[in-house]
Amino acid sequence: MKILAKMTWLELKLFLREPLTVLFALVLPLMVLFVMGGVFGNEADADVYRGVGAINYYVPAYIALVAASVGLISLPTHLAGNRERGVLKRYRASSMPSWAVVGAQVAVTFVISTVSGVTLVVAAMSAYDVRGADRPLLVIAGFVLVALAFSSLGVLLGALLPSPRSAQALGVMLWFVMLMVGGAGPPPEVLTGAMGTIGDLTPLRHAIRAMQDGWLGLDAGYSWLVVALLTLVSAAASVRFFRWE
Amino acid sequence: MTHAIDVHHLVKGYRDTIAVRDVSFSVEEGEIFGILGPNGSGKTTTVESLQGLRAIDSGSLSVLGFDPSTQADQIRRRIGSQLQESALPDRVKVWEALDLFGALSDQGPPVSELLADWGLSEKRNARFGSLSGGQQQRLLVALALVNDPRLVFFDEMTTGLDPASRRVAWDLIRRIRERGTTVVLVTHFMDEAEALCDRLVVMTRGIVAAEGTPAALIDRFGGGVRVRFTLDGQDVGWLSSVPHVTGVARERNRYEVRGTGPVLAYVASALVDHELAPIDLRQERATLEDVFLNLTSGEGADS
Repeated sequence: MKILAKMTWLELKLFLREPLTVLFALVLPLMVLFVMGGVFGNEADADVYRGVGAINYYVPAYIALVAASVGLISLPTHLAGNRERGVLKRYRASSMPSWAVVGAQVAVTFVISTVSGVTLVVAAMSAYDVRGADRPLLVIAGFVLVALAFSSLGVLLGALLPSPRSAQALGVMLWFVMLMVGGAGPPPEVLTGAMGTIGDLTPLRHAIRAMQDGWLGLDAGYSWLVVALLTLVSAAASVRFFRWE
Repeated sequence: MTHAIDVHHLVKGYRDTIAVRDVSFSVEEGEIFGILGPNGSGKTTTVESLQGLRAIDSGSLSVLGFDPSTQADQIRRRIGSQLQESALPDRVKVWEALDLFGALSDQGPPVSELLADWGLSEKRNARFGSLSGGQQQRLLVALALVNDPRLVFFDEMTTGLDPASRRVAWDLIRRIRERGTTVVLVTHFMDEAEALCDRLVVMTRGIVAAEGTPAALIDRFGGGVRVRFTLDGQDVGWLSSVPHVTGVARERNRYEVRGTGPVLAYVASALVDHELAPIDLRQERATLEDVFLNLTSGEGADS
């Protein structure tokens, strides 16, 4: 456990020393939130945003978006980079346990997503008349599940992708596609045809719905199952495909 | 237990090449053991197999009494390793790296001592990516010593170091050995092997071409003794019939006499008998470099 704590603390520091990841995890979601708030306001409309105001919709959604950016961009890029440079080989030769290497990445995803999520909520509450979490315990459960899902998916991508460049390119692309059609950009209700279908297939759509269910006081829907399944499959595949070099 | 390492008929191939065909050697506890060879001769594959980083095809290995294929963790906790083609994240600081790897072991010297030993005290807060090649190498070597290992592997540790740093590294290797630690040194610097190694193997094309002390190898594979001198306008063809002479070569006014054992004394005596006394008559001792070149000639070594 001591080594996991040390590794997590070091990885957190490394995370904060990387401008691109900080931008995607801590700055961009906040910016997008305020742009969306500026454009759509926070008036409830029965036809879009699951029947609530735009800001009320986006705040829980962007907590999921933050977890997605850490899990899909930062984590796989860092993991693939460490493998390519021989950092993982160095760890292995010193008997660094693989659970410490992977566990630290998952822990960093949790910490950064929490910090960024709290920042989002505080910023939104101070600027708009945004409602607080309706069912806090369900929100926490949703957050844990969503962060686990994206960190497992990130570890899997980091294991499968051959280089940090390919990991970063794929991660950024996935992130933007999900942002646009997964329900973090335009309201999902206005996406029709292929875009709506693709949106429904993105993990972010379901992560957002899982976060919103607790936040907006809706009943937990099938999206929770989808996110849980994604977590299980990614974690199992990560164990199978993790490579030191 | 007197052997720190035993290698019996190690064979290891990759998808399309055989890296190690048949390698056997033993390393005694407390010695500095060298593994020499041109690039692609299987040195790195051999030491990485010993650390359980490569699954071997056949043969048997023993490191500190443990089998690398089934007890790699037991081995890795007791050894130190500086690997080729391994690095640290660019943004990690020197002290952070030592602190992290130190946390894997309960023993080992304090970080400040390692920093001082390897001349990194002033760089403790520098990021890995900002260090020079030599400083990075010294940090990686220091990392190999954080757990106070009984056995250390150094794979081309002085590559990238300037001459002064190399000498410092040599002194530190001798100090590591004085503490009773066994050192396995993979290198392609012959002067380094000659200065440091108690015994060594020369590998070529995945086999052991020669094994022994540097002196024994030089005696056996060094190509004998060479005597050189300069003379103007003399016919010295009679030199080839002097005892212990095996050949005479001439380039303009410079002569090279090849021979064995006490050839210098016989050549000197014969020259004086002919009333010749070249002022630069000297014997050149073969070095490990000659051994290496003799054993690996025709291999197209690119190192």
